[in-house]
Amino acid sequence: MYKNVSIRYALDWTTVFFYVVLVVMGWISIYGASYNFDQASIFDFSQRAGKQFIWIITAFAIGGALLLIDSKMYNIFAYFIYAGTILLLIITIFVAHDIKGSRSWLVLGPISFQPEEIAKMATALALAKFMSSYNYKLKNWKDLLPLSFIIFGPALIIVLQNETGGALVFLAFLLVLYREGMNGIVLLIGSFAVLLFITIIKLSIIPIQVDRGTLGMILGMSFILFVEIGYAIFFGKNQKEALILLAGTFVIGLVSYFINIGFYLNYNYVAIFTVLASCIYWIVIEIFKRYKRYWMLALFSFSSVLFCFSADYLFEKVLEPHQQVRIRVLLNMENAPLGAGYNVNQSKIAIGSGGFWGKGFLNGTQTKLKYVPEQDTDFIFCTVGEEHGFWGSTLVLFFYWLLLMRILRIAERQRDQFSRVYGYCVASIFFFHLTINIGMVLGIMPVIGIPLPFFSYGGSSLWGFTILLFILLRLDAARLERLR
Amino acid sequence: MINDTLQSRRYVIAIIMSAVIVVYILRLFTIQVIDTKYKNGADSNAFLKKTLFPPRGLIYDRNHKLLVYNKPAFDIALIMREIHDLDTISFCKALNIDKQFFINRIEEIKDYKKNPSYSSYTPQLFMTQLGIEEIATIQQSMYKYPGFYIQNRTLREYAFPTAAHVLGNIGEVSQSRIDNDDYYKQGDFAGRDGIEYTYEEQLRGEKGVEILLRDAKGRIKGKYENGKDDIAPKAGQNLTLTLDVQLQQLAEKLLTGKVGSVVAIEPSTGEILAMASSPTFDPSILVGRQRSKNYMQLVNDETKPLINRATQAQYSPGSAFKPLQALVFQQMGGITENTMFACNGPESSPVKCTHHHGSPVSLLNAIEQSCNPYFWNAFKTTIEKNGYGKKNEIFRNTYDDWARRVKLFGLGSKFTDSDIYEQARGYIPTQKFYNRVYRGVTGWRAITIRSLAIGQGEVLVTPLQLANVMAAIANQGYYITPHLNKCDSMLKNIHQCGIDKKYFPIVFEGMSGVFEDGTARASRIEGLDMCGKTGTAENSHGKDHSIFVGFAPRDNPKIAIAVIVENAGFGATYAAPIFSLLVEQYIKGKIARTELRDRITNLVTNSNVQER
Repeated sequence: MYKNVSIRYALDWTTVFFYVVLVVMGWISIYGASYNFDQASIFDFSQRAGKQFIWIITAFAIGGALLLIDSKMYNIFAYFIYAGTILLLIITIFVAHDIKGSRSWLVLGPISFQPEEIAKMATALALAKFMSSYNYKLKNWKDLLPLSFIIFGPALIIVLQNETGGALVFLAFLLVLYREGMNGIVLLIGSFAVLLFITIIKLSIIPIQVDRGTLGMILGMSFILFVEIGYAIFFGKNQKEALILLAGTFVIGLVSYFINIGFYLNYNYVAIFTVLASCIYWIVIEIFKRYKRYWMLALFSFSSVLFCFSADYLFEKVLEPHQQVRIRVLLNMENAPLGAGYNVNQSKIAIGSGGFWGKGFLNGTQTKLKYVPEQDTDFIFCTVGEEHGFWGSTLVLFFYWLLLMRILRIAERQRDQFSRVYGYCVASIFFFHLTINIGMVLGIMPVIGIPLPFFSYGGSSLWGFTILLFILLRLDAARLERLR
Repeated sequence: MINDTLQSRRYVIAIIMSAVIVVYILRLFTIQVIDTKYKNGADSNAFLKKTLFPPRGLIYDRNHKLLVYNKPAFDIALIMREIHDLDTISFCKALNIDKQFFINRIEEIKDYKKNPSYSSYTPQLFMTQLGIEEIATIQQSMYKYPGFYIQNRTLREYAFPTAAHVLGNIGEVSQSRIDNDDYYKQGDFAGRDGIEYTYEEQLRGEKGVEILLRDAKGRIKGKYENGKDDIAPKAGQNLTLTLDVQLQQLAEKLLTGKVGSVVAIEPSTGEILAMASSPTFDPSILVGRQRSKNYMQLVNDETKPLINRATQAQYSPGSAFKPLQALVFQQMGGITENTMFACNGPESSPVKCTHHHGSPVSLLNAIEQSCNPYFWNAFKTTIEKNGYGKKNEIFRNTYDDWARRVKLFGLGSKFTDSDIYEQARGYIPTQKFYNRVYRGVTGWRAITIRSLAIGQGEVLVTPLQLANVMAAIANQGYYITPHLNKCDSMLKNIHQCGIDKKYFPIVFEGMSGVFEDGTARASRIEGLDMCGKTGTAENSHGKDHSIFVGFAPRDNPKIAIAVIVENAGFGATYAAPIFSLLVEQYIKGKIARTELRDRITNLVTNSNVQER
């Protein structure tokens, strides 16, 4: 029961409009970033702007071609595309040349290509197909395993290519899972872990009374107790438990303070002792009073304590030295305007110098002087900030917001789950890139080298994002083909 | 609608996304509108990192004589945007260049294809490696030429015009080296060839950085926070070589007008005392701006002065192979020191003898008189000692055993634990090689490979390997890998040669006899017992190569030497006197036979060799 609908009629032209606006703005920014005053036109193909023009034209062609493919094909071939991409990613590790330590670029004649850009699309398709399959239930443990494989398999291979930034993008799919029924607590716990991590890393170096504990550990434990009390107040049987906990903490704190006048007592251990005592308290209540779910609170607190202890270890042993430095710079722990903090510092200066109205097109001196590294790829937003100022940057962000909202709307109006999940994947991936890239340039996210969609110079990222978006547009156009 | 109880979550997601964008807009507002810190930053807080180049490590000889040091040099850089009202004619005059050069150079700098990192805002190199004389005129009037700057660098300077091949030189780094090592940037200099290359990481030191502030127009406003974050350059480490510069200079002098090489090694340490290759050149001609011109001349010279013949040229050792053969034959049980063979002089077959002496000959006399038939017979006896066996298998295995033992002396492969950069492998054929050449395992017998017996045929050695064989014999059975850096860690590279001590006295006796009543009688030194062996290697390029190897004194040897003079003739005529003079210089500290020295120095065997 299908009817034929002309793609011209069914296509969501609003999205196409936002897409074209962003791509053209990006192109102009690249021209600005690599412009040298005594230099050629925007169409000079030996320059980056000229090359980007070629990428843009080919991207339009690819987008157009994708619209002509029957929408059912994406569903049917989702797993094949996924398997092929995995294979390509693995081959890349062995075939690729080493570029600045990463093995993620395939070189085919004049074209260099990063398969990870395709991997996002392939993973989105496979995820959509898996989650829309008949028997699938997110709560089902048996389905969770293949689900994690679909998402984190490609990410793992990309880590092996030494492209950690590219692999992190796959975290964006958690947002899709949330929309499709994953317990929201996962996101909350994730945020809480980030909060604890930052607290421990940043404040562990601040001592209390010279050698009697560190601010980081004590604050971390306080956060845990705070969550416990909040839980007890809002979800507990009555408010008595919260009061007992508060009083207990207060008493322990007071006692340890007095002990410390005469003896030596490390407050870190007092804080940990308090949290562990609270865990025991919850378990006792669970057992004797049969209040449900208190064991989960105990488990949460206990794992949080473990996490606090391993945060330092994670930081120093799991992260590479340059990644550690980037995080320290972000947390203002490293004052190195010329070392690790150089890029971010320069990018902030470039953006800040733009002021409200900007210096005007092609007049950005900070970027022209090549102070900002990677100014036409990862740090492209600097050029926007410097040359077009606050209003220009806001306009760009506004268009991204319009695009994101439009994609969410498209996703929600789909009649089959496959298309909806895919739509959310597209929105989440764009959102993640946007958040990390612009956050990095503004100095509120660590330096992770991932491109700004449609803006950063480069064929494979532009193609990747175009493919991602136009498949969604094709799926969306097909919704009118189905009769109810 | 599909069943969906999670409708409300769409709003949560939309809110999260919107919130991030709002936060970013607020952040932009803070940076760009509220906070003035960054605005001023762009006006006066832009950093210019200026690289400070460290002085390269100095190089000394074994007696702490300074060989290589640094002299200041200057680059002239320009920032295109800052150039205005330039008086081109006076500028060119001050730099002693013509106007056309100036115009061409500016065009090259602006050309994106030749200079991809060009920006009219950043310093670009206009001229590099100018000497202090060349810069003197312009230095005082620099203020007249806004946009031009002088940058300091250092150049190599050589105390002696010697050892060009050992020392190597310094040149601009190649793109592949920049890609492989983060230390280098475009336009940096690094060691090429020789010691400068092998010990690049020690010698180069660490670059420093000076942080300057610039305004948006590129003007330098002074140091950032009074140089708080500046990093001083760390000078490179000095290097002491094993060379004895006096011996080195004598060796090069004696090779004047000839093509060939000399390697001298201290046997007890493996330290290379001299390593000369002729034709050679003054290392200072490859420094500074005349480098590329001179380098091209050296490349185009037919006598190939850039090749280090001491380590890269391969020769048949000829009779110089015989002392080693005598040891290996005894060790393998083919002969004893009492074995005698008949010699019919020039009528001998299949290997002729070029000398006239009595018959039958003993091992001692065979070494002394360099008797070819003796060594052929001994070789045959040795590799046929177990017979041939089915499909020659036993014979071939015996042959391989011989080849393996010869290789234990450091032949047939590079010294991988040495610090000598350019080495040829040399060649000791294996049975595989002969199986291929003679089409099958039964295609060859002892008679087929008879020239090996006297160091001709397929066997190839480098002068360095030959000198090392002498050091191993002088040490009675082991050698320390020959090396150039005088340090203790190199002394650990000890290699045993698998020859019992009891086989050495007869060889020492024979080699000593070479000077007493053998082939090198004319080159003996009064009151010094030396061991040596002449060699006259046939080759396809003309006259025979004249070879001499040996060590001295006979007891407690202090120096082992190999000398090769290409296409000169008999070993005794050319190479032996050079050996003798070098020994005299090293052991006695001076040359008494000045007449002999001058005569050898003035001998010309190849008229194409030019002095550089």
